[in-house]
This record gives sequence, C-alpha cells and structure tokens, in this order.
Amino acid sequence: MTSLPTPLPGAKKLGLVIDLDTCVGCHACAVNCKEWNASGHSAPLTDSNAYQADPFGVWFNRVHTYEAGEGQGSRTVHFPRSCLHCETPACVTVCPTGASYKRAEDGIVLVDPETCIGCQLCAWACAYGAREFDADDGVMKKCTLCIDRIYNENLPEPERVPACVSTCPASARHFGDFNDPASAVSRLVLERGGYDLMSEMGYQPTNKYLPPRKPAAPAAATPPAETGATSSLLRWLDRALSR
Amino acid sequence: MNSITPPNPAEPAINLSPAVADDVKFTTCYMCACRCGIKVHLKDGQIRYIQGNPNHPVNKGVLCGKGSAGIMQHYSPARLTKPLLRVGERGAGEFKEIEWDEALALATAWLGTVRATDPKKLAFFTGRDQSQSFTGWWAKQFGTPNFAAHGGFCSVNMAVGGLYSIGGSFWEFGEPDWEHAKYFLMLGVAEDHDSNPIKAGIAGLKQRGAKFVSVNPVKTGYSAVADEWIGIRPGTDGLFVLALVHELLRTDKIDLDYLVRYANAHWLVIRNPGAADDGLFARDEAGKPIAWDRATNAPADAATAGLNPAVIGEVTLPDGRRAIPVFHLMAERYLAPEYAPAAVADRCGVSAETIRRIAAEMAEIAFNQPLVLQQPWTDTAGRRHETMVGRPVAIHAMRGISAHSNGFHTCRALHVLQMLLGAIDTPGSWRYKSPYPRPIPPGPPPVGKNATPNKEMPGMALGFPQGPEHLLLDDDGTPCRIDKAFSWEAPISAHGLMHTVIANAHAGDPYKIDVLFMFMANMAWNSSMNPGDAMRQLTDKDEDGEYKIPKVIYSDAFFSETVPYADLILPDTTYLERWDAISVLDRPIGSSHGPADAIRQPVVPLDRDVRPFQDVLIDLGARLSLPGFVNEGGAAKFTSYADYLANHERTPGVGPLAGWRGPDGTSHGKGAANPDQLKRYVENECFWQFKLPPEQTYFKHANKAYLDTAHAMGMVGAANQIVFQLYSEHLQKFRLAAQGHGPVQPPERLRARIETYFDPLPIWYVPFEQAAIEQAAYPLHAITQRPMPMYHAWGSQNAWLRQIYTRNHLYMNRRMGTALGLVDDDWVWVTSRTGRLKCQIRLMEGVNHDTVWTWNAIGKRSGAWNLDAHANESEQGFLLNHVISEWLPAQKEQAQDQGGHRTANADPVTGQAAWYDLRIRVEKVAHGEEGQTAPHFSTLPRPPHMKPAARTLRYGEKT
Amino acid sequence: MKPAGSIVFFTTASGAGYGMLFWLGLLSTTHTLPTALWYGLTALIIAGALVTAGLLSSTAHLGNPQRAWRALSQWRSSWLSREGIAALLTYIPACLLALSWLIDPHPAPLTALLAAALAIATVYCTAMIYASLKPIRQWNNTWVAPFYLLAALFTGAICLAAITGFANPAAAATLSEFAMLTGLAAALVKLLYWRHIDTTTSASTVASATGLGHLGTVRSFEAPHSEENYLLKEMGFRIARKHAAKLRAYALLFAFAFPIAILFGVVAGVVPVTLILIAALCALLGMALERWLFFAEATHTVVLFYGRQA
Ligand SMILES: Nc1nc2c(c(=O)[nH]1)N[C@H]1C(S)=C(S)[C@@H](COP(=O)(O)OP(=O)(O)OC[C@H]3O[C@@H](n4cnc5c(=O)[nH]c(N)nc54)[C@H](O)[C@@H]3O)O[C@H]1N2
Ligand SMILES: Nc1nc2c(c(=O)[nH]1)N[C@H]1C(S)=C(S)[C@@H](COP(=O)(O)OP(=O)(O)OC[C@H]3O[C@@H](n4cnc5c(=O)[nH]c(N)nc54)[C@H](O)[C@@H]3O)O[C@H]1N2
Ligand code: SF4
Ligand code: SF4
Ligand code: SF4
Ligand code: SF4
Ligand code: SF4
Ligand SMILES: [Mo]
Repeated sequence: MTSLPTPLPGAKKLGLVIDLDTCVGCHACAVNCKEWNASGHSAPLTDSNAYQADPFGVWFNRVHTYEAGEGQGSRTVHFPRSCLHCETPACVTVCPTGASYKRAEDGIVLVDPETCIGCQLCAWACAYGAREFDADDGVMKKCTLCIDRIYNENLPEPERVPACVSTCPASARHFGDFNDPASAVSRLVLERGGYDLMSEMGYQPTNKYLPPRKPAAPAAATPPAETGATSSLLRWLDRALSR
Repeated sequence: MNSITPPNPAEPAINLSPAVADDVKFTTCYMCACRCGIKVHLKDGQIRYIQGNPNHPVNKGVLCGKGSAGIMQHYSPARLTKPLLRVGERGAGEFKEIEWDEALALATAWLGTVRATDPKKLAFFTGRDQSQSFTGWWAKQFGTPNFAAHGGFCSVNMAVGGLYSIGGSFWEFGEPDWEHAKYFLMLGVAEDHDSNPIKAGIAGLKQRGAKFVSVNPVKTGYSAVADEWIGIRPGTDGLFVLALVHELLRTDKIDLDYLVRYANAHWLVIRNPGAADDGLFARDEAGKPIAWDRATNAPADAATAGLNPAVIGEVTLPDGRRAIPVFHLMAERYLAPEYAPAAVADRCGVSAETIRRIAAEMAEIAFNQPLVLQQPWTDTAGRRHETMVGRPVAIHAMRGISAHSNGFHTCRALHVLQMLLGAIDTPGSWRYKSPYPRPIPPGPPPVGKNATPNKEMPGMALGFPQGPEHLLLDDDGTPCRIDKAFSWEAPISAHGLMHTVIANAHAGDPYKIDVLFMFMANMAWNSSMNPGDAMRQLTDKDEDGEYKIPKVIYSDAFFSETVPYADLILPDTTYLERWDAISVLDRPIGSSHGPADAIRQPVVPLDRDVRPFQDVLIDLGARLSLPGFVNEGGAAKFTSYADYLANHERTPGVGPLAGWRGPDGTSHGKGAANPDQLKRYVENECFWQFKLPPEQTYFKHANKAYLDTAHAMGMVGAANQIVFQLYSEHLQKFRLAAQGHGPVQPPERLRARIETYFDPLPIWYVPFEQAAIEQAAYPLHAITQRPMPMYHAWGSQNAWLRQIYTRNHLYMNRRMGTALGLVDDDWVWVTSRTGRLKCQIRLMEGVNHDTVWTWNAIGKRSGAWNLDAHANESEQGFLLNHVISEWLPAQKEQAQDQGGHRTANADPVTGQAAWYDLRIRVEKVAHGEEGQTAPHFSTLPRPPHMKPAARTLRYGEKT
Repeated sequence: MKPAGSIVFFTTASGAGYGMLFWLGLLSTTHTLPTALWYGLTALIIAGALVTAGLLSSTAHLGNPQRAWRALSQWRSSWLSREGIAALLTYIPACLLALSWLIDPHPAPLTALLAAALAIATVYCTAMIYASLKPIRQWNNTWVAPFYLLAALFTGAICLAAITGFANPAAAATLSEFAMLTGLAAALVKLLYWRHIDTTTSASTVASATGLGHLGTVRSFEAPHSEENYLLKEMGFRIARKHAAKLRAYALLFAFAFPIAILFGVVAGVVPVTLILIAALCALLGMALERWLFFAEATHTVVLFYGRQA
C-alpha cells in the first residue's frame, strides 16, 4: 500500500541518529550492513564485476568523506548514509505496485521483494540515493533498518539493534524510537542539535545527523614567549624532593 | 515461517524472527592484527554472519569493516588449494601441483642439507602473523640466527624506544586511559593495530568532553575528529616534542617528585670526557646506581625510599670522579635556545605560539586538573598511598613517528615528555598493557653467533642488546645475520631488518644463503621497500646459471604477488580453518586491566588440500628431528599445533597460553600443561582474561601488589620497580665503543655515526634521505596511510572491501597543486632519487603544504589475487613502494674507500625501515601518457587449477 | 539521469500513438476525417501499435516485467500506476472505436471522445511521473506536462496527417494545420523549458544535503566506493554542456523545424502531401532525441552527495 499509513496509536518512529562528531569513516557500518543483509531480509545483495574492473554491488549504507572550508581551518567530515525512513517519503507514494511501503507500526520503509516490478521509480523519487536496484535480481532493495534483527527473538535482547549500530566502533550510530521523547535518540537530537538532510525536500527524514562539535576551547592560555635569556637551572638546585 | 500478521493488513507479512544460525562458534578475527573476538554464525554449511563478540575484552562486540568482510576473505577466489612446485623460470608463475608428502619431503631435504652443513644458510622470515613465539622457537631449534618477522619495517622504533625508556611502549604495548584522560595527544597514527579500541576510545573521550589533539601531516580518519589538528611536516615530530619539553622546563611545569620517584632523573652520570666510564652511571660497589643525598651531602643508593636527591649540580664522588644528575644534563640540553618553539617552528611547520599553547594546555591538565582516584595502593618501597593521583594527559603515537630514520629518538623524546608530566601509568594518562611493564631492557640479548651444523641455537634469535658485547658479530666484525641485525649497522634492531634480507642474500653480503623460507609476507610487492628490485633479485642468476638465492620456500594462503617468486609453495588455510594462539609469549591481547590471551579454533571444515602452516612447521620439525620436536626415540613430539599449544612448555610452567593451566585447569599464568586447555578456551569463547584488582591497575612499574602478581604469573622475572630511563646508559655504552673504548668497536666508517646517534638523551636530526638529497630537486615529502577498511594487500581479493578502494590517488595540498598547475584526476609522474611512477592526483585541504600521500597497498600487480588482468587495482592503482629504496644514497667518500658500501634506509639505532623519509617531485605527464599507472608489470598467470573468479556474486542468495 | 533506450522509445512512440488516438477520436466526431474503412482501421492500428509497442518497450525497463500487472494497483498515489490504468482503459474506447468504424465510419461520439480524453489523460499521467519527482529539478517543473501533451498532440497530428494524406489530401492539410499549431506551441514550450532549467538551480545543495555548509564550502573528498555504483550509473549520468547545446539544436531542427517546414509546404500546396510521411518520421526522430536529452540533462539530488551540482 503506497499511500502513507496513518500512524497507529502508540506507533513507534524507529530510526537512526548518526554522530558526525565521532564518525571516523571506517566503513564498518557499511560492510557489516552488507554482511548481515547479504543473507537477510533482502538477500542477496548482488555484486557485479566482483573481481574484475569497475566492481559495483548493492550496499544499503555508504560512507562518504567531505572537506569543508579551506586550509588549516578546514574540517574533514565522515558521513555515512543509508535510508532515512522518511515520514513523507515519495519513494513510497510513487511506487505503482505497493511493493514500497511504510510500516504503520514503526515507520520503517520497506520493499516487498515479491511484488516489486523493478521499475526504479522509487530510486528516482528518493532524494537521498538510498535505494539500491539489484539488477540481477530485478528488484529494488534498501536499508530495512534491520527489520530481521530488531524484533528477532532468536537474537539476545541487546543484539536486537541494526547491524550497523552494533558494529560501529566509534558509537557514532544510535538506534531508537523518535516518538519516545525519553529515548536515547530523542535526547541526543535535542542535546546535540540533530538535523535533517535536505529538509527543503519535505520528506521529513526520521534519521537525524548530529553535527561535528565546535573545537574545544584552549585548555590554557598561551604563556608569553621567552624573553631571550634561558631560564636558569638553579631554580631546581634546592628543590626538596622525596623519592 | 514465523511471520506475524502486521497490524496494518495492507502490509505484507514478513518474518521478523528468522533463524540466524544453526551453529555459532567463537574465535579470533585475523583480518588484521587487532585480534578482536568474533562470533561466527553458521547456517546451512555456510558462514551466515560474523559478529563482534560482545564479551571480548578487545572489541566488546564491535567489529571493523575488515572483520565484517571475513566471509569474503574466507571464500576468496584467490585461495591456494594444493602445494605447488615451480616448473618454469622463477617469477614466471609456472607451477605444478604436488602432494603434501612430496612437498614436505622436498622441504625436509632442502632444509636438512642446510642444517647438516651450515644452518645459518636458512633465512626464515615471517610476516605479521601472530605466532612468532613459535616460529622463532622453531628457528632456534633449527639452529639459524636468521629469523625475524615484520617488526623491522613495521614499528621497531616504537618498540625499542619504549622498551629501553619505560619498559613498555606505544604500539601494542600500551594504551591511553580512555576512561579518564582529559587531554589526548596522538602523533602519527592512521589506524594502528589497536584499531577498534582506539576508535571506541576516541569516541568515549570526545563524549566526555576531553580534548583530542592529533599531530599528523594529514587530516583524515582519527585526525578528522580531533579537536585540534597539527599538520606537521613529516620527520619533524622530534623537534616539536623537544620544544614542548623546552616549554615545560622553561615554565617549570614538570613533576619532579614523579621524576625522582619513578625515573632516573637523580641518578648520577660520570663526567670523565675521553675515558671509558664517561657518561655511565655512577654505581656503588654492588653495582647499584647512586644519587646525591642532599640530607647527608653524600652519595646514596639512588633507589633509597624517601631520599632527597640533588637533581642539579655537579658533584665529586668519593673516588674523585665528577658526576652530574641526569636531570641536570637533560634540562641543560633542552633549555638550550635551539629547542625553543620559535627556533623549531618553521622546520616543523607549526607556529611557535601553537607549540607554547599545547605545552601550556598539557601542563594545565596535568598539574591543575589532576585526576585523583580514591584507591589505596602500595609502592615497591612498601609505602602505602591513600589515593592514586593521575596526570590525565595521554599520549599515543605510531608509525608516523617510527617510520623515519630519526624515529627512535623521537619516540624516546615522547617518553621523556610523558615522564616530565608524570603521565605514565597514572589515572588518565598512558598506561601499560599486560604483560608490560617489563624490565629495561625486557629480555635477554639476541643469540646467533656460531651457527653449528645439526645444533640448535642456545637462545632466541631476537633479543635486546645491552651493549656492544651483545652484538651478533663474528670475530672479524662481520655481521652474523643475513639482515645484519645486531651489527653496527643497526645495533638494537630487536625485530631484525626484514627489508634487507632479499637484497643481502642476493649480494651474498655478508654471506650467501641456500634457502629463503618465508611465511605470510608479500615481499615481491607491498612489503618490500623496492619491489622491482626484490623481484629482480629473486630471479637473478649467477654465472653458473643458478639462482643467486638458490631455493625459496613460501607459505601463503592466497595467490599473492610473491607466490610466483617461490620454488615451493606450502599453502595455508584461512583463519577460520585452524587452531592458532595469540600467545602471552608473543603479542597477546592483554590490556591495562590485566593479562589476556586468545586462540583461534577451526570454525569451518577444510575443503582444500591445504594445511595450517603451524602444523606444517611441527611436521617439518619432526622430519628434521629438531630438538623439542621429537621425543627421545625420535618420534614426533606433537601431533599438531593444537597439541603444541596445550603441551609445550617454554620454561617450566610457562606455555603458549596462560589460561587454565595445571592438570585441573585452575592455575593462571604459570602452571603445568593442561591437556584440556584448548577445550577450556573454547568454552570461554576462545579467550582468557585475568582482571587485575583495582589497586594493581596503575603505577604498575612501581606497584608492589601488581609486580608480585606479574612475577607470580611469569610476566616479569622479579618483582622489582622498573625505573624509567630518561637517560639511557645502554645507548651510552655503544657510544663509548664508538669513542674507542672496549673490545667491540664499530668499523671506522660507522664510528662517527654510532657516536652521533647513540646519544643517551633524545636528539633530533634531519631524516637521512632528506639530508642526502638536493632538496630543491625533490621538494615534497611522500607518505602512506593505512586505509581503515583494507589490510595491506589482502583486502583486494575481498569482493566487498575492494569496492571501497579499487584504486588510489596521490593526495596533494590544494595550494601546492594549484601552484603546479594540477587539477583533480590529472596524471602525474612521481620521481624520487631512485625511481619514478605514474599515478593520478587529487587535491585536498587537510594536508601539510609540502606533503603528498596515498593509501597503502591498494595497487596490485596485474593478475595477482585472481583479479582480472585489467582490474582497477593494476590499471589505476599504484604502490608508492616503487619509488622508495631500501638503501640510502651512497655517500661519496664511502663509495671510494668502502667499495660502495650500502647503508640501509633505516634508523641507525634500531634498523627500522624509514618508509616515510621519502622525498619526491611531481610533474604532469606528457600528452598521451594518461590512462594506466606505471610501473606496470606483466600479468601473472593463475596457478594451476585456480578457476577464474566469478563475475557476479550472489552471496546469501536464498536457494 | 541515464537515458534508457526503452523509455525514450516508450514516451516517444506512445506519445505519438496517443496523440493520433486523440485526433482520431476528436475529429471523427467532427466529420473532418476520411471515412474509408481501410483508413480508419489503418490509423487506429498504427496508433494502437505505437502505443502498444511503447508500453511493451517500457516493460523492458522493468526488473521483473512478468509482474507488470501489479503496477495497476496504486492509482491513489502513484502516477505510474495511474498511467498504467489510463493506458489500459484507453484500449476500451479505442477498440470500440475500431469496432464501430467497422460498422459505421461515424463512430459514436461518446466512444470517440472518451478515447480522445483517455489518450490525453494517459499522456498527462506519463508526464506527471516525471513532473512529480522532486529530486530532479529538470523534471519537477511546470513546463514538463504541457510539453508532453503538446508533443503528443503534435506527433499524433503529424502521423495522422501522413496517413490521411493517402486518403484525403484536404483532410491531411487540415491535420497539418493542427500539427503546425501544436508543433509551434510545443517548440515554444520546449524553449521555455530549456530556459527554465538553464536559469534555475536546485533548491538543494551540497551544503543542505550534508548539513555541513556552516563549516565552509563543502567538497567531496572521498566517495564511498572508488568506482561508480548503481546510484551514479543511474542518476549520475552527465552530459557536457557543449554537447547538450548541439543536441538541443538538432532536436529542434528534427522535431520541429524540418517537419513544420514541410507541413507549411503542404498547407501552402507547394509540396506533395506524401512528404508528410517524411515529416512525421523526422518529427519522431527529433522527439526521440528530445526525450533522450530530457533524461540526459536531468540531474538528481543524489549527486550532491558526490560533490556535484544538481
Ligand atoms: N609504502 C609502504 N609500504 C609498507 C608500509 C607502509 O607504511 N608504506 N608498511 C609496512 C608494514 S608496517 C608492514 S607490516 C608490511 C606488511 O606487508 P605484508 O606483511 O607483506 O602484508 P600483506 O600484504 O598483508 O601480506 C601478507 C601476506 O600474507 C598472506 N596471508 C594472509 N593471510 C594468511 C594466512 O592466513 N596464512 C598465510 N600463510 N598467509 C596469509 C597474504 O596473502 C599476503 O601475501 O608492509 C610494509 N610496507
Ligand atoms: N586497516 C588497517 N589497519 C592496520 C593495517 C592495515 O593495513 N590496515 N596495518 C597494520 C600494521 S602492519 C601496522 S604497522 C599498523 C600501523 O598503524 P599506523 O601507524 O596507524 O599506520 P600508518 O598508516 O603507517 O600511519 C601513519 C600515520 O602517520 C602519519 N605520518 C607520516 N609521517 C608522519 C610524521 O612525520 N609525523 C607525524 N606526526 N605523522 C606522520 C601518516 O599520515 C599516517 O596517518 O596498522 C595496523 N593496522
Ligand atoms: S562504523 Fe561508525 S565510525 Fe565507522 S564509518 Fe560507520 S558510523 Fe562512522
Ligand atoms: S531516504 Fe529515500 S528511500 Fe528512504 S524513506 Fe526517504 S525517500 Fe524513501
Ligand atoms: S522499483 Fe519496486 S519498489 Fe520501487 S517503485 Fe518500482 S515497484 Fe515500487
Ligand atoms: S539499519 Fe540495517 S540495513 Fe539499514 S544501514 Fe543499518 S545495517 Fe544496513
Ligand atoms: S580490528 Fe577489525 S580486522 Fe582487526 S581484528 Fe578487529 S575486527 Fe578484525
Ligand atoms: Mo606493520
């Protein structure tokens, strides 16, 4: 059903918070996502030219690196990107088959591989490049928010989080319910000024990004430069010490 | 299907709880040397998912990109499948498959002849594997001095610099106090061996609001998230650090009490210029260093508790000699104007103001914001302290410091800085990882003189020389080792000089060898400083048409660039198919919280005719009847490596694994062998960890309870305080030899070099290559960095990882590039003093103005790793190594009278390969030269029966 | 956006087919068209063939064409679904039109008008598929739908005129006038469209895409993968400005200038009616080129993440 669902009472709004302040760009989230999902809900994530020139494969998460500003003051920012599970995503509404849908109970945007015709319209409609067409399989695939992990009763409770979140060595990825103001993700967004990507598109992304922090202020004032004469060793001559 | 009906009936029913695995096995990751614990999920006979083990002390559940791609490594199309025997010319890659019996018989015959005639003609060198305590022991039992692993080109400067200064080091032997540090200074680190802990640590630190400063010519990775980036000029960190030292001394922001309590600041150094004792410590009759007691105005045992020692002023000893405290020497040196921030600023590319501020910030945190833990402890003098007072300034450094020819001293300078701040193993500072701290130096000297037919060596090949008497030289001064480690060329080369082995063996300098036996080191490509030369040397023949290096045996698991250069290939398994140990005897997984070690167990069955290399060594050991590998009757002592792991004892009670020792598995650290030990490890998720009680986790170098524990567990020989060596008498001993003292003296051509670089206090000097070239001709520094998702050469055979980096660019500062008229993706020639290569350029902001860099080991030889001949790795990827040289420019004076003597492009103290001293120039290619990187070598043919790799990969496809 | 041959063909051919159907429906009620049975059937069959070939070609673009029927279900939100339904619905009056022609060359006006209306509605749906896509500013604007409609009317008229020329030159001249009018209008709209896309920029920028604008100029330092991935292959297709300008000129010449000149000649009676066939083929070719450009010149916001302009 590609009309957007009316959220059910008490429905969750699940998504990710990505902390650009601590992301070191290691690609762990991207590879672990690939690893989990290769055999997961949307299996396989086909790789083409796997060992040849110009390889390309299906990935649900990709890590960019940007430089902003100039010279010494420039910042290097690592920037992982996956589906933002938007609240009003055109990727869902454009879908002619209903294969693309937003879950009423938690807001996760999914593709039904059984009914997708592979028209790719949703990929065109997604402003964020979060859809991945598996040409070999003929269907559209995308980040599932690890739907087969987060509710999976075969996994121990603490592991019921997306693969990318559990693997991130820098704790730069957080998963939770944005409808719960007390959740860690809601609090992070509030405290750290979490923002939307391309808000002008009007898709209302659920995932939020935390900006890189302003550099810490100097921990101490810079002492004046030397006056010319080297300080004397004599000041330590009578220093009482105790070994 | 366990699907639930969704509350919205329009939604398709999906299975929210699919079964993840039908079996889960724990083991240790091997996608890099970080040694994270992994949980391998197996389903329908395939690997479903590899996850970080949440209970593992190293990674606590996280997994990096490489670790997450283990599946693709395991199923790599470049896996070797059977032993191979060369049939064509060496280097042509023509092999036939042979059975293991034949392979082992052949190896036994080759090696047996060497052992029976001249065991040193075996050169056994290994890569970054984690079984060096075993391979080293095998070499010892064989009787060759010629053993080392990759440490010589890796980070031996870091290791030796630390081990000779503080009894521990950065690298894998220490870690910042991630939970408590308030200020973190990181120098020259891109990724490191501790890759997951560092990432977690930095994130934690930032979340706590601590300040993180990264000193690195390049702002990527960790440096990108630093609060402050200092884009230093390569090779000048020593100056920068000594300027910080200058500032701390100038402003009197030092912890003198800490210095006399834990370092040798008050030890007296004899001043007797020209004499054999000049610069040595003044000692009492018992040989103990002495200090000047200000209370009695007389000399006293420097270790006396409560002593009020003089740290300034020359004194006259009872025997009439003059002596001066270490601190005095040090302060005098670093207060000199040459170390003033303003004097070094230009050379470092860091403003004097910044240097002064960083020093002030460190001092502020260390002294005005100390971190006090309410944790009583007792020091080695028996004094109880009610609290642990920490200087929460942590420092970490790696190859950006060590991979320079001045790296040893820079590393020592860093430790001096730590000492001045009182910031070693205190709350919030840098801390030792178990089994460190160890005594200084930590172990016995190297052994390797007088290799004797059919006889084992009396000790391990690698060790820690304490003076010229420990060098491995023949009576005429000729180096005993093929790599000339522990000779005057590199006296304290505690990890050997792997980068000179092939060239020396080829030249027969200092002697010819018969068998080159290598394991897991891609020496015909990314681990050689000059792979073109390595390939030539491996294929070069003498007048009789024999190869100059007669026999090459190599063990690799994959079809790497080096495989075609061997005569006999012993194919290894992947890491998921074998037993392995991350042993306490080697580089264990211990942390500041206590000792730990780990194992690997086979998690998937073998499906090819390959064998774990360690099993093969056990087998060869028995076939060669090496002592230790056979029983009295000559029968094999161990059935397998697993058997060895559980039952071998290096010294009574000490074996490869420290956990669950003793017949009932209740002893830890030391204890009799336990046949069930591996089972216990498997039950405990393949690792063992001993958590130190809180009172033992800081001040370990002087913490009585800790040292007692360490002693009981066999980590230190005696529970004595480990005194930091601000001033290194060991270095002075070598210097004295250079000044003409003692029976073992350097050859004339090295005399001045030894005298200069064996300074007992840290110095800085212009890196050798830079000093020897005409700077204007090679105006740029060129360095490499580890890409986080790739591990050296292996990553490229991995279908997932290679998609991240199939090619590399040469990154250049935008202003520099613009000045040279270059734009993104331009093709350029990169020329160094020894070679040139062609690649593509990319401009960026976050790099030192005069530095270019690239990702390491992305470039591949066409055909290798079973990649398509035209894969991007060989068409657009490149290896910077092609313009590096393992030798320094020949010095003119020397070329005449020393017959063109070659000096390794390495640190003069440790022999550490100076990868990052490289200087180059960059020019746009001529029209028509674009399109393919150079040098471009011929395409390697696939070994027999290796199938061409698939084009489309549908791993995980539902069948 | 990567121009997919199947889609270029689809929109061009079906546009012309629906345009023909529109004129056939409309003009059959006004008795402007020839009444010969062969004429009616030929015209309808050609229109149907163009439409059907286009629709079939569009399924070649699908990853799972055998499931194409599923595309009819989401008419509430999806223009593609609506297009599919409209296309299928159009077959009903179109077939009835053909049937009734067999009986009587003056078909029931209701059927005829319905066919005309549905044909044009289908074209509108096609246009709206593109025009509704916010991330692609070259599509998401007011000029797209009018152009698609005018282009369909123009190519439909010219194709019908070509056939009509063989039955009734006078009727062909009338159709030629319609074709000229719609052709000129279409050309004008296309010029305005080009001016629009040349003078506007995306509301989104690298800065808004990354949210890092406050740190200074944002540049892509490293892409996630060193070779092109699906997103870049599909949505990162770029055409050089110079190249595009040349192609625009050709598109104008072939789609409009030459055909309209010929039509003018026909109307003025200076060239034979049979030449309309050449004009029609020329127009279709030009229109295909225009469609190709419509894709090739379109940029998608995803490229912002790769440091490019959208
Ligand atoms: N330009 C430049 N060059 C450098 C460096 C640099 O910074 N810059 N760094 C240097 C450093 S520090 C190092 S450590 C070296 C590393 O260089 P190498 O040690 O050569 O590293 P790898 O490329 O990983 O090669 C190891 C070999 O081990 C094989 N292998 C992998 N797994 C197994 C296994 O399970 N069993 C066996 N038997 N073989 C296996 C691989 O196939 C490969 O051929 O590179 C050095 N080279
Ligand atoms: N992902 C991944 N992890 C690895 C490896 C790998 O191949 N891939 N290899 C492993 C091995 S064998 C090793 S030895 C370690 C090495 O771990 P690192 O030491 O982290 O590795 P390098 O990439 O050599 O990093 C050197 C860093 O120093 C900087 N640098 C170069 N010259 C200077 C200088 O003069 N001053 C300063 N301040 N910085 C400088 C470089 O820009 C770079 O950032 O990594 C290990 N971990
Ligand atoms: S795993 Fe974490 S640190 Fe690494 S790239 Fe992803 S978000 Fe960034
Ligand atoms: S990010 Fe793209 S794919 Fe994901 S919900 Fe939003 S529009 Fe759809
Ligand atoms: S590709 Fe599949 S999911 Fe996307 S719009 Fe088409 S049918 Fe829907
Ligand atoms: S939530 Fe799951 S599917 Fe989505 S990016 Fe993370 S790991 Fe991939
Ligand atoms: S850091 Fe990554 S590759 Fe290295 S051991 Fe840990 S998980 Fe494996
Ligand atoms: Mo290394």
